[in-house]
Amino acid sequence: MTSVREWFDSGRHAVSERWHNGPRWMRWALIAAVIVFFYALPNREFYQWLGPIPTTGSNFGHVLFTVSIYVLLAVGLNIVVGFAGLLDLGYFGFFAVGAYTVAVFTSPSSDLKTLWPWMLALPLAIALTMLSGVMLGTPTLRLRGDYLAIVTLGFAEMIRVAATSSEFLKGQRGFNQIPHPPGSYPDGKPIFGVLDPRPYYWLVLTLIILVVIGVQNLNRSRVGRAWIAIREDEDAAQLMGVPTFKFKLWAFASGAAIGGLAGALFAGKQNFVSSQNLELLNSIIILAAVILGGSGNIVGAIVGGGLVAYLIERFRGIEFFGIELYEYRFMLFGLVLVVMMIFRPQGLVANRRRAAEFKDRRKEVIVGG
Amino acid sequence: MGETVQKPTVPEQAGPPAAESTAVTREPLLEVDHVTLRFGGVVALNDVNFTLYKGEILGLIGPNGAGKTTCFNAMTGIYQPSEGEIRFRGERITGKKKHQITKMGMARTFQNIRLFPEMTALENIQVGADAHHKTSVISALFRLPRHRREERDGLEKAERLLDFVGISGRMHDAARNLSYGEQRRLEIARALATDPVLLCLDEPAAGFNPAEKEELLQLIRRIRDQGVTVLLIEHDMRLVMGVTDRIVVLEFGKKIAEGLPAEVREDHRVIAAYLGVPDDDVA
Repeated sequence: MTSVREWFDSGRHAVSERWHNGPRWMRWALIAAVIVFFYALPNREFYQWLGPIPTTGSNFGHVLFTVSIYVLLAVGLNIVVGFAGLLDLGYFGFFAVGAYTVAVFTSPSSDLKTLWPWMLALPLAIALTMLSGVMLGTPTLRLRGDYLAIVTLGFAEMIRVAATSSEFLKGQRGFNQIPHPPGSYPDGKPIFGVLDPRPYYWLVLTLIILVVIGVQNLNRSRVGRAWIAIREDEDAAQLMGVPTFKFKLWAFASGAAIGGLAGALFAGKQNFVSSQNLELLNSIIILAAVILGGSGNIVGAIVGGGLVAYLIERFRGIEFFGIELYEYRFMLFGLVLVVMMIFRPQGLVANRRRAAEFKDRRKEVIVGG
Repeated sequence: MGETVQKPTVPEQAGPPAAESTAVTREPLLEVDHVTLRFGGVVALNDVNFTLYKGEILGLIGPNGAGKTTCFNAMTGIYQPSEGEIRFRGERITGKKKHQITKMGMARTFQNIRLFPEMTALENIQVGADAHHKTSVISALFRLPRHRREERDGLEKAERLLDFVGISGRMHDAARNLSYGEQRRLEIARALATDPVLLCLDEPAAGFNPAEKEELLQLIRRIRDQGVTVLLIEHDMRLVMGVTDRIVVLEFGKKIAEGLPAEVREDHRVIAAYLGVPDDDVA
């Protein structure tokens, strides 16, 4: 076992050496190649050469869209959990606020009957999720650790219960005929239709790239430094002039905004939003994805979100000795999580700092216990 | 706050020019006004009363558990006095938030070092420098010109301060990997990055050998020569006597003496506190 780990670690070190010491153009070329790969991925002409990667049980384009939404959510949650170190167990609640805002303002089955186009509802959805993040954060971010986790968990459940039982939010019947994003091909056909999932995927992919650039800018600035300082020693940070509450609230609000964006995109593709979309499990899956990928690292969050969403879909339609694997997907997922936490608690693509913090904590546990 | 650590670019020589450039004024900078602090039944500070003047180095000494660090904590906003108040630059700071007090120009170090362990030495100081930066999330998100300028200024300031305290060689090392002495210096640099008018050092020489203590002494003098007033908690009497202009002595949360180092050294109550003369002999 150890030899396998050593082999794995040495390989990883070699890769990271290459990456950090190689010339700048090589890094950019590699990033560009990865981006091109993911833009090309949903085309049958391309993915038919990729062996077992495309899903068999469901349309690969739809799967890719789902995966991209999860990646977006993981990038957003990573700000809250990974950067600022705030444990948010109800992140999917923000997704719900985003999706429902779009639904309420655009769907003909809504009581408002405003029938806005999707594009008009999008900024409102983002603004409202941000607002809900601020409203939830203002009283709770003064608390630390476990309290915050409980309150956020309650928030997501509150949204779900409200969506299920409120007449205004239509419960399980949901909202239908939510409009698609705008745009049409030269021949007059809409770009964002019902049959072809690829444009939605490309849209989300583009937005992921923009969001990642923005998040990276924040991370490399005083904002990112303040988040790390808060995570490492909140009192010392405050005594060094960091307005800790303000920056925690910003982490919460920007994470929420990204969740809202994901929700609005989902509603725009699906046409239909109902309380059945809002299981607690989703919040847990995204959190697990961030931790699995490597919390505190944007690449880690992307890898984690993508891998978790993809693998869950990949199980669909696979039979193993007559057992439908998809039925056991969460059991397998749980198993993977347990194994990861034992052997690599810092995640697949670890953040240097967070990895060290984990080690410190482990030492503390040993000393204390 | 113009006269703070703006230009320590020229690394000064080892020779201490402190004595002649002493510009102690009679202008009060910090007034601890009859402060009492209770934790339940325990009286941690009992009617403590002293004034710190601009430009001086004031030593705050006393045996273990005398309330020195508690006094620091009350000044920097960690504890709120039960009675009395603390004024900084003429303004009441009781009830202000910790980061607001820092912004007003009071910075501190910690007795048990509290750096951000996984951040590099440079980043640690940058956090301090950010205290006075105006741009925030939106301008960082789009990397607006003003934000980029502030980032650059902060970086330059951090490099300057690393040089000032003499650890520029460790710039990109995580703070946890620095030696003990380097960590103490880094803490001072981080505090200086917030452009303080008053720098509070909580036992900066703890665990130092005589040579390191001597270097620290010179560093403190250089800091004062930059126009920063220094409040120093220290155990080592020799160090305190060598660098301070005045001394306040605490024992059991009460002020028992105040004055010039020479006076304090002769004060029989101080001697009793340090050497442990039985109570009935003291009175």
